[in-house]
Amino acid sequence: MKFQNYMILEFPSRSANEGFARSAVACFAAQMDPTLEELGDIRTAVSEAVTNCIVHAYPAGLGIITVRCRILKDHTLDIVIKDKGVGIPDVEQARRPSYTTGGSERSGMGFTIMESFMTDLDVSSAPGKGTTVHMRRKLQRKQ
Amino acid sequence: MHFTSFLEDGRLTIALTGEIDHHCAKAYIQVIAAKIEAYMPDVCILDFRDVTFVDSSGIAVVINALRNMTQIEGKLLLTGISSQPMKVFRASGIDKLVEMKEAVL
Repeated sequence: MKFQNYMILEFPSRSANEGFARSAVACFAAQMDPTLEELGDIRTAVSEAVTNCIVHAYPAGLGIITVRCRILKDHTLDIVIKDKGVGIPDVEQARRPSYTTGGSERSGMGFTIMESFMTDLDVSSAPGKGTTVHMRRKLQRKQ
Repeated sequence: MHFTSFLEDGRLTIALTGEIDHHCAKAYIQVIAAKIEAYMPDVCILDFRDVTFVDSSGIAVVINALRNMTQIEGKLLLTGISSQPMKVFRASGIDKLVEMKEAVL
């Protein structure tokens, strides 16, 4: 087994679940003994990814969002956030700072924040099939 | 949602609380806009001391408040920002557009 522990969450795309998702991932990550800053970074990145699913993936109604977290052997937290929604036609454009289709309540900084707060970020999407955000954060080992 | 605010010498202070994410951002934007419209302050101070979490939705809240204050030729100031929100503001570059003061530990 390449990972030491894992968890899978599934919930509908209701905005009330944004806080639940980031808190659940932070609780799971707590066993890795992260610093407060690392925990804040993880909560923020998860919040961005889940919010993207809620705002953009299912414009016609509610859909399912899946969050999978694994603890890898090199003290890395591996997070996959997945929806089966409309997909992103142009991922490169969506990742550009300040690009948003969400109006004045959105800042277009979601992907920028995910990129700067996580060690790796990979976004794959297919129109009509959904979007998968795969991110990793390597944590410091405390002495 | 309830925010405490007070006006003193044309300076409106609004104390924000809790976690600012997409779920509640719209309410924050509306409450701040309504208070600015009602009091027309020279300076609006958003007090972040009781804000425990901010994501990019919080950036939109600040941008909207900045827009409201610019329209009435006033100034926006953020105070009491703890480390997680400050890191989000810095990552977005909005700390260069709005004066921000970090929380004193």
